[in-house]
Amino acid sequence: MSVPLTLLGLLEREPSHGYDLKREYDTYFGRGKPLPYGQVYATLARLARDGKAVAGEAEPGDGPDRKRYAITPAGTADVEAWLAEPAEPEPHLQTVLFAKVVLALMLGRPAERYLDTQRARHLRRMRELTELKRSGPLVDMLLADYGLFHLEADLRWIDTTSARLSELAEMVHAA
Amino acid sequence: MSAGGSLIEARDITKSFGQTPALRGASVSVAAGEILAVMGPSGSGKSTLLHCLAGIFPPDSGEIWFDGQQLDKLSEAKRTELRRTTFGFVFQFGQLVPELTAADNVALPLLLNRVHRKAAYQAAASWLARLGLEGKGGRRTGELSGGEAQRVAVARALAIKPKVLFADEPTGSLDSLTGEKVMDLLVSLTREEGTTVVLVTHDARVAAYAEREVVVRDGKVTTLSDVGVTRLCSGSACGCPCAAGGKRRRGSR
Repeated sequence: MSVPLTLLGLLEREPSHGYDLKREYDTYFGRGKPLPYGQVYATLARLARDGKAVAGEAEPGDGPDRKRYAITPAGTADVEAWLAEPAEPEPHLQTVLFAKVVLALMLGRPAERYLDTQRARHLRRMRELTELKRSGPLVDMLLADYGLFHLEADLRWIDTTSARLSELAEMVHAA
Repeated sequence: MSAGGSLIEARDITKSFGQTPALRGASVSVAAGEILAVMGPSGSGKSTLLHCLAGIFPPDSGEIWFDGQQLDKLSEAKRTELRRTTFGFVFQFGQLVPELTAADNVALPLLLNRVHRKAAYQAAASWLARLGLEGKGGRRTGELSGGEAQRVAVARALAIKPKVLFADEPTGSLDSLTGEKVMDLLVSLTREEGTTVVLVTHDARVAAYAEREVVVRDGKVTTLSDVGVTRLCSGSACGCPCAAGGKRRRGSR
């Protein structure tokens, strides 16, 4: 799960303060693991240093940092590239896929296409493992099976999510 | 072969059953010798696509090309002949004659193609052996296990040495280990014979035996590509799996 890219994605939707970003992150992506304030501000500072976001003037009010951050074109390009790039197929990547789907829907980007790209990447890995299984010794077969069953579970999640995209989009836009 | 090097091709085909559209402008092409998986959820139209490609159903509109011939323009008699002599079929179940022996079932399509009886039964015995069913030729197929019966079905489909094997959920009624054995044999034998395979399945682990996959959704065919954003590895600080020394391009592995 990439916290910097997820925060950048939220900034693409609209310029925001660190506090609001944290609240939004926790609502959608935190799932019982809220983002510490320190990490939010440190990440925003790094994004600003790297030219991915710009900080506005400090605004009067409480709290450690009242700057409003906005995404730059370089930041937008990073978000676009991250969303479009399929993740390496591996067990337990659901959180990354979940974040990509929700963000894509929020930003009106083609979530279904991203899921299809991921589906193709998964199937390619499954083909490689199947070949390995057909030609290798029993130990390789067992290891390949382990991978295949996990990838299959991810694929089933991808299929179900594809079928629920319009429902999810409504939920995300209503929030 | 038709244009573009494909052996079999559907061009923008539609097919409805009564008021229910099953295919709404589906296009797909399969290269000679290729094993293509056709995936998709239930009711997406993937089996209808297979039936149209095999000339079982004529499409309502669009064209089906096979080996330079427009299949949907052929007479029913010609299409039947093509299915008997050039196409092999494996379905989920119900394709074997339970009262006949395994050898009878495999020999049957050869006899229909006017192969001499002795030669047909010799070929049947050889195919049964290639599918690991030596000594079972005399058993009635109703007495065989599900996996054995499905291997007889594969033997029967391949016995005529078809140019294309159409398989619709060939392991759908088998447990996963038995299904794997059937798929393993099906892939090995069709590769040895150079047979083109169109494999309809909803099961990703079965589709993984194919060389390429397409997805049917709402009666249309989507070709999947996993090439995302192509980036060059920027070396040891890149963090990508090839940073240890490879020069692989991400997204085009």
